Amino acid sequence: MSTRFETTFAKGPALVCFITAGDGDTAANLDALVAGGADVIELGMPFTDPMADGPAIQAANIRALNKGTKTADVLKLATEFRARHPQVPLVLMGYANPMIRRGPEWFAEEASKAGVDGVISVDLAPEEDQDLGPALRDKGISLIRLATPTTDDKRIPAVLKGSSGFLYYVSVAGITGKQQAAMASIEDNVQRIKSHTDLPVAVGFGVRTPEQAAEIAKVADGVVVGSAFIDLVEKHGPDAPQHLKALVEGLAKAVHSARKA
Amino acid sequence: MSEHTPNSYMNQPDERGHFGQFGGRYVAETLMPLILDLEAEYRKAKADPEFKAEFDDLLEHYVGRPSPLYFAPRITEELGGAQVWFKRDELNHTGAHKINNCIGQILLAMRMGKTRIIAETGAGQHGVATATVCARFGLPCTIFMGATDVKRQQPNVFRMKLLGAQVVPVTSGRATLKDAMNEALRDWVANVHDTFYIIGTAAGPHPYPELVRDFQSVIGREARAQMLSRTGRLPDLLVAAIGGGSNAIGLFHPFLDDPEVKMLGVEAAGHGLDGDEHAASLAGGFPGVLHGNKTYLLQDEDGQITEGHSISAGLDYPGIGPEHAWLKESGRVDYTYATDDEALDAFQLLCRTEGIIPALEPSHAIAAIVKVAPTMPKDAIICANLCGRGDKDIFTVAEALGVEM
Repeated sequence: MSTRFETTFAKGPALVCFITAGDGDTAANLDALVAGGADVIELGMPFTDPMADGPAIQAANIRALNKGTKTADVLKLATEFRARHPQVPLVLMGYANPMIRRGPEWFAEEASKAGVDGVISVDLAPEEDQDLGPALRDKGISLIRLATPTTDDKRIPAVLKGSSGFLYYVSVAGITGKQQAAMASIEDNVQRIKSHTDLPVAVGFGVRTPEQAAEIAKVADGVVVGSAFIDLVEKHGPDAPQHLKALVEGLAKAVHSARKA
Repeated sequence: MSEHTPNSYMNQPDERGHFGQFGGRYVAETLMPLILDLEAEYRKAKADPEFKAEFDDLLEHYVGRPSPLYFAPRITEELGGAQVWFKRDELNHTGAHKINNCIGQILLAMRMGKTRIIAETGAGQHGVATATVCARFGLPCTIFMGATDVKRQQPNVFRMKLLGAQVVPVTSGRATLKDAMNEALRDWVANVHDTFYIIGTAAGPHPYPELVRDFQSVIGREARAQMLSRTGRLPDLLVAAIGGGSNAIGLFHPFLDDPEVKMLGVEAAGHGLDGDEHAASLAGGFPGVLHGNKTYLLQDEDGQITEGHSISAGLDYPGIGPEHAWLKESGRVDYTYATDDEALDAFQLLCRTEGIIPALEPSHAIAAIVKVAPTMPKDAIICANLCGRGDKDIFTVAEALGVEM
């Protein structure tokens, strides 16, 4: 049986959409992303200290926590999302501490029950895989790792070992939501990574417009967009779904245009 | 002592940077290659006699080491028990132990060809020490400091600026030390090619806890030799205050394999451990992952980090160096705590009895001595690290005592 990731990426370049759980009406916002054409959902688990994130996602984390968002709420959002959208791959993305607080087995079990397909733990280096990797793999949940411009050929095998689902290529050495990398650099790095693995490679950090997304989709298996959605959630609050849907439609069309005609 | 007593307490961390279950390298992938480079370069530096010679020379002629080991007769008499001795690291250039580590790290930065220095600071002591070494070696320096702390610590902000540093007020999160460290990590991740991050305490991703400990261990090596030469024996008890734990690990480490020497680390209990208003990660926290390492953290049941509180801004951090977490679990070092009020009393006691105005950080260590010295025989010896001087704290103390300046 193929996984939701395999089925999704088999169609060609996919649009991966990130929002922070508990920021705005998350269930409605997720539905809008799917309605607009999102292929994969990354649901951010809020954390007090999002060290790898720029101002937009930092603020979203704080807004979610100030509203009282708990780990149980994130898992409930995931469970309900899975019930509404049986086919859409769902990834929980966040920092290690909230994931391991009650023990990795607890987290893997709860994520599995919620129908989560993959987990991205930003500050869990492959060197510390023991803290989460074995528990997730036991439950059939993909641990999705990040590669960056500083991940050289010597290191890529260590990053790939134990990872599955897809690989997230962070196109800039920096934090989320800032500048975008040069296309030439993205293309070179994606090809470099793909020479080491058959996993799909999705590219993110700094992608905001359909034009950027279309360019990246020509050279990668997926395009990740996050901060642009977070900005809309902040700006429009309860009215965010319609704005999210409009942005996703444009991005999805751009990404899917790179699929084999 | 745990039943699994190791042969030596001095051979940690392991090759992956783990102190037992603590420590490690929990950083975003962008930083991993740099962390590995830093470790490789540190191994080379550690084996290089020239590196050691330059470090030692700067400590002697620039910092003013060795710092004196001082027998404190009047506080000893007042407490009526063990002899109290102080390792006088508050007499260092810049007024605290922080400079020892900054000298070591800037030498490493230059070996690695890095041309820009960043650091985080809470009260400003590490920021001042970093700005000092950057001025000394002519490297541009950016200090991240919580906006709340910038307001509270204006004299240190001005010092850093005089020394040529750029001070960036951090407004994210709750705008204190923890957020300053987050922001420094964000800067580092975006500037890995030319930037060296001088971390101020024995925490962060491997190899920082190890190298900061090694640079600060000059405190314990000197104290050990001085004590042997002055008294012909080792002390019975070492005492040091703990925020992140760099001064304590610096004092303790060279004595870890001397079984007759007991050790006491003193955390900041703020308004007491009953509520949330304290910074005692070991006494009131749980193991978790933050800022690159696994250690005891103040956190809630969901793993969200909670804010510490201490009258001493230098101890006001929700974590602790991973080696302390391991030394606690292994039973080699005892850890206790002192409240704001106890530290304030101890601060005044040292002023009055010895003519030394200590920083609020070592005042916590003195508060623990006030409790433990009377329970020990008169021929017992306590050696405490006086890790900083109190000039920076007089406004805070005046306010706490209700004195208008």
